[in-house]
This record gives sequence, C-alpha cells and structure tokens, in this order.
Amino acid sequence: MFEGISALDLARAQFAFTISFHFIFPAFSIGLASFLAVLEGLWLWTGRDVYLNLFKYWLKIFAIAFAMGVVSGIVMSYQFGTNWSVFSDKAGPVIGPLMAYEVLTAFFLEAGFLGVMLFGMQRVGKKLHFAATCAVAVGTAISAFWIIVVNSWMHTPQGHAFNEVGQFVPLDWWTIIFNPSMPYRLVHTVLGAYLTTALVVGGVAAWHLLKGRRDPEHNTEGARVMFSMAMWMAALVAPLQIVAGHAQGENTLAYQPAKIAAMEGNYKSYPDGAPLTLFGIPDSEAGVVRHAVEIPKLGSWVLKGDMDAPLEGLDAFPRTEWPPVEIVFWTFRVMVGIGVLMLGLGAWSLLARLRGKLFDWPWLHRAALAMGPSGFVAVLCGWVTTEVGRQPYTVYGLMRTADSVSPVGAPAVAASLTAFVLVYFVVFGVGTWFIVKLMGHAPHPGETGVPQGGPTRTAGITPAPGQNPDAVAHPAE
Amino acid sequence: MGLGFDFDLTVIWAGILAFAVFAYVVMDGFDLGIGILFPLLDPGQQRDATMNSVAPVWDGNETWLILGGGGLMAAFPLAYAIILPAVYVPLIAMLLGLVFRGVAFEFRWRTTRQPIWDFAFFAGSVVAAFTQGVVLGAVLQGISVEGRSYSGLWWEWLSPFSLLCGASVVIGYGLLGACWLIYRTENELQDRAYRLAWLFGIGTSVAVVAVSLATPFLEAEYYKRWFSAPGIYVLSPIPLLAGAAALGFFRALSKRAELAPFLLALALFLLSFIGLGVSMFPYLVPGEITIWQAAAPAKSQMFMLVGTAVMVPVIIAYSAYAYWVFRGKVGHEGYH
Repeated sequence: MFEGISALDLARAQFAFTISFHFIFPAFSIGLASFLAVLEGLWLWTGRDVYLNLFKYWLKIFAIAFAMGVVSGIVMSYQFGTNWSVFSDKAGPVIGPLMAYEVLTAFFLEAGFLGVMLFGMQRVGKKLHFAATCAVAVGTAISAFWIIVVNSWMHTPQGHAFNEVGQFVPLDWWTIIFNPSMPYRLVHTVLGAYLTTALVVGGVAAWHLLKGRRDPEHNTEGARVMFSMAMWMAALVAPLQIVAGHAQGENTLAYQPAKIAAMEGNYKSYPDGAPLTLFGIPDSEAGVVRHAVEIPKLGSWVLKGDMDAPLEGLDAFPRTEWPPVEIVFWTFRVMVGIGVLMLGLGAWSLLARLRGKLFDWPWLHRAALAMGPSGFVAVLCGWVTTEVGRQPYTVYGLMRTADSVSPVGAPAVAASLTAFVLVYFVVFGVGTWFIVKLMGHAPHPGETGVPQGGPTRTAGITPAPGQNPDAVAHPAE
Repeated sequence: MGLGFDFDLTVIWAGILAFAVFAYVVMDGFDLGIGILFPLLDPGQQRDATMNSVAPVWDGNETWLILGGGGLMAAFPLAYAIILPAVYVPLIAMLLGLVFRGVAFEFRWRTTRQPIWDFAFFAGSVVAAFTQGVVLGAVLQGISVEGRSYSGLWWEWLSPFSLLCGASVVIGYGLLGACWLIYRTENELQDRAYRLAWLFGIGTSVAVVAVSLATPFLEAEYYKRWFSAPGIYVLSPIPLLAGAAALGFFRALSKRAELAPFLLALALFLLSFIGLGVSMFPYLVPGEITIWQAAAPAKSQMFMLVGTAVMVPVIIAYSAYAYWVFRGKVGHEGYH
C-alpha cells in the first residue's frame, strides 16, 4: 500500500493528518467555551431562563468536542518525539519550555475546571460555577496563545543562537515569544475560531428556524436568541478577520516572500506592479498559471499599497526553496472565498435585522445553514496555506523538514499512519454523529445538562438536596 | 556541565519530571485501573457508578502525562529524541488506547450500543497501561544509541522483560482501580471491589517481586548498585518497606478499611518507583545518556523552573478543589 513512499513523506502525512483532525476541535472549543461563558454570564445577569437553556444545550456538545480535542491533543504532544526526533533534539530547548508553559498555564486549568463546569452546577453554586466556566474559557485562550507562540517562532525564528552540537539555544525569551509573526497569527487564528463557532451556532439555529416554519416545536426562543447572537458575531468579526488576515499577509510578505509568491501564484517577478490572480490552474513544471483570471496591478496594491510596487515571484528563489505551489494556491483561495462569504452573510443579517426580519427570511436561514460548517473548512485551509507554505523548512530558513525526521523505519510509520486514519475516522466520526444528533433537537425550556447516568450525590447521609435533578429527569439515552 | 549551577538545575529537573511521572501514575493509575476492571463489574448500575467516580477528574489526571512528555522534551530534549523513536510502536498503541478510553466517557452515555463503548473503555485502558509498562521495561533494558539518535530497529523494545513490565503495570493499575472503588463506593459494588483488591493485590505483589528480581540482571551496573556494599546496606530499606506496605495493605483489606488500602497501594507504587530511580540514576538512557548529557541549556531549564515553581502548587490546589467538590460516595441506585 505504501511501497515507494519514504518514511519522511509518511511522517509528514501522519503529522498533517493527526494535527488537522486535532485542530478542528480546538478551533470549535475555543469559541464555544467563550460562548458558554457569555451565555452563563447573561443568565446570571438577566435571570432569563433562555440563556441557561442555551448554556445547557451547548454544554452537552462542548463535552463531546472537548473530549475529542483532549485525546487527539495527547497524540500531538508525543508526535514530536516519535516522528520528528531530530527536530525535537535540536529545537527542544526553545519550543519545549514554551509548550511546557502551555501545559502548566492552560491544559491543567481547562481540565481542572472542566469537571466542575460539566457536572458541578448542583454542587458549587451559581457564581463558583460561572467562575469554573470562565476558567475553562480563559484556559482555551491561554492555550491558543502558547501554541501560536511556538508555531510563530518556527515561522519567524529569533532570539536564539546555536550551541556546539547544533541545538537552538534560547538567548532572550521575550524576543522568542514576541517574534514578528506571533501577534498577527494569534489574532487571525483566534478570530477564526470565534467565527467558526459563530457559524456553527448560526447554522444550528437556522436549521431550527427553517424547520420551525412547519413545526412549532423547533421555533423556540432559544433558536431565535442564538441565531441573533451568532449573526452579530458574524457581522462584527468577519470584517475584523479580513483586516487581520490582510495584516498577516503583509507580515508574511516581509518574512516569507516565497510563501506569498506561491499563494498568489506568481511564478515570475513583477518589477513594476504585480496582478492579482483570482483564479487559474498553477503548473509548477511550466512555471505558469494556466487559464488565469487576473486583475492587473491589484496584487501590488493589496500587498504593498502601491500599484506599481515591484513584487518578487518564485523565480527569485532557487527551486529547492519552493513550497508546493498548487496546494498553497488553492487552500488560500478557498479560505479567502469563505471569508468573503462570511462577510456577506454578516451584512445580510444586518440588513434583515434593520428591517426587523431576522427570523423571517428563509433564504437568509438557508444561507446560514449552508455556511454552518464553512468555518472548519476555512481554518483548515488557512492552516494548510501557512504550514505547507513554509516548506521545505520546519524552522524557517534554518532547519529543513527532511533533516527533522526520526530514524524510524517506513513500515512502522506506515502502520501507525494506517492505524491513526482508521481510528480517527471511526472514533471522531461517531463523535461527530453524536454532536449532529444533539444539534438536531431544538433548544427548549427545561434543557438538561450533561447526562450522568445516575444521581450524583454529595457526601453524607442526606442524598436528597444533593441529587441532580437533570439526571433523574433525563437518564442517559 | 559538571558541577555548579547547571548541575543543580539539571538534578532539580530530573526531580520535577520524576514527580510529574509519579503524579501521573497516582492519578491516571486508578483511572485506567477502573477501565481494566470494567468487564469484572456488572453492566448497568455498577459500571455507571464506577464511571461517575472518575468522569469529572479523568481529564485532569491525563494532563500529567502531557506534562511528563512535554517536560522531558523541554528539560532533556536529547533523551526525548532518543527514547520516543525507540518505543515508537508501544507509544503509538498507548495513544490510540487513550483515544478510545477517553471518548468512551462521553460516548457510552449517548448511544444504544453501550457494550461497544464499554469494551472500548476496557480495551483502551488495558492497552494504555500495558504499553506504559512496556515503555518502562524497554528503557530499563537499554536502548541502542549512535551519536545523538536512536540506532535500533523498530521492534527493539520487544523482549520478555518489557512484556513482563507491561503485564505488571496492568495488574498494578487494576489494583489502584479496585482500591479507588473501595473508597468511593458502597454495598455490593464495594464488596466486589474488596474481592478484586485481594486478587489484584496478590497479583501486584507477585509482579513487583518478579520485576525487582529481573531488573538487576539486565545490566551489570544495576546489579552492582543493588547487591554490592555499600549499596546493599543503604538500599535494603526499600524492599523491606515495600514488603511492609504489602503486608499493611492486606491487613487493611481484611479489616475492611476504606481509604487505607488505596494509600498503602500507592505507597507500594512509590517504593517501586524509588527503586527504579535508584537503578536508573543518573542515566536517562541506561549506559548511554546521563541527565547532564541530555539536559537543555540552563536558560531553558531556568525559564521553565520559574513557571513550574509558581504553577504546580496552583495546579495541585485547584485539582484538589475539583476532587473535593466531587467527594464522597458515588450514587449507586441507578435510574435505568
């Protein structure tokens, strides 16, 4: 099945596969944790039950998504050593401590309070429970910070030197952490996570609003409230995200011009103004984009603010420094295209809101439903663009991917890759099915929390006050 | 390298990592142990109550494993880079095992096919525990190194000794799981946990003796350390205390104590762990790489030490709080 494929390619495929699967869950849970904190805060503040019901509704989905994020994340923390041991040895002194900080400041915080958040509402009181929810939300954000720091340092390394055995040695942690691409990447990624969640929430709400036209069971207050909240997020965050994405593009141009050339499909340099290629089929063999639809001078204007500014193409770099152009070209376009659609959806929702028709325009709801999963596609495409675009390096300009790989035989890597593919598709397929099933029920008054099978009691001989009414009223299905 | 500040930091980091690994064994040990015992419990109420007793804390327990792996990479990158490829197969199996058991916590409540996910919980736990033991055994028996990387083939980890260690860890975790159930449950489930604790207690004692007897014969260095003067006098309290802990454990079981068996089982684990440390120190890869050779630069270790010194007490405090919130006996009536 894998004859003729090198251990390096297999290791790359395995990393790409496991991290892509993993990334889906944090992208969702970063936004969802904040959404849950907002819902619970609104409930405490306004006392309106609809917020509590929405909280409990999404909490069940969060529990499943979080569990899948955790188990696929443990895999990542060991993949560096199993498959990229030379990289770990060399870059470990710099990225190891940063990832250790992620564990110390984020993972434990999330994990420690997750139990209270999922099962503790009857046990700790409203305010403490809200604090636990906020701790989980803050934990996801801190986690995003550290992992983006690591990733960004690999793109724009600084603040290090080399020792006699060729390891990266930290000189100044401040410089390492606040490396040039970190702020841009962090904002762009976190906004992406928020948008992803907003579109999922909006898509679920839209599904129930559409069904609610025939079946009043689905047209609940909860569905309307969450549709409104999701559309506010889309309307406000989508434009911000386009600004953030643009800023990251300029930053990439400054530090990784070959990646920009691949994203734009510029095989040749343009000394007096580069066009913007909207579509086309890049052909790296011939060094041209076939059937290109391009707007003259716009590329230079977008990236440099000057229609006549010169722009380097891939011909300015040796062939061995090129990233895989076709992949980067396409994933970039998919991401941008979805971003523009999100902007459109947000604007449409504002118009509907202005006319007082937010809950009455079925075509708006259909669009929101269709766009429900689009955030996942966009973040994955964005991630592929930036990661494939920095090839052939792991630490940009300093350490090649080919020199980073473990001395593990191809059969072992092939077998583990096969196992990961099978297990992930089965396990996460089932998990996604459970989530979609939960989404198929409309949020209704008296929404129940996470099922626990039996009554979870406080200590002592007086079980009654500590009993969990959710579990009693709604035993596990 | 050598003496001075570097020396201290590196030893401190070896201590911190040992603490993280032991914290993991303490916490996820009973948690995986419950999975190992799952087929020996009745479907329905017993399994539900058992699952409930760890559901709020399993995620935090497993985070110590991430700290162990991440900490090894950060403080001793060379050891991380050599050991992980050497134990590639068992590690990947462990990760997949953890995937199955982790999602089972959520999935088993949401499906009509509960037996499938109960089996996934059991099998995932057994595989994770077994492979952790295999990894331990593979490191103890030695790893082929050339330059700065692993130089063996991908099945070098496989040996009778590593398999013995794997089986021992499964039995040992099963014991911790049974003791945890004694502490957290009552009535029939607790009765069953007592019987399981006897069974797995005897098994664990046999396993500890077997591994302890086999280890000194793996490397001349281990043998010398344990069986020649002055080692034999300085170190003899460790097996003696372990024997005392085992006796105390069986006595506590016959008196039907609820918390003492768990604590004494942990003491047995701690003494075995110290014994391993005595054999290994100062090597991370026996006979090849010492902690000083593998150490990250002082600047890396110092930066992390600050965070660890501040955060680990905080983590322990709020983890303790989470355990306290869910204290007491878990419900056993069931509503199915």
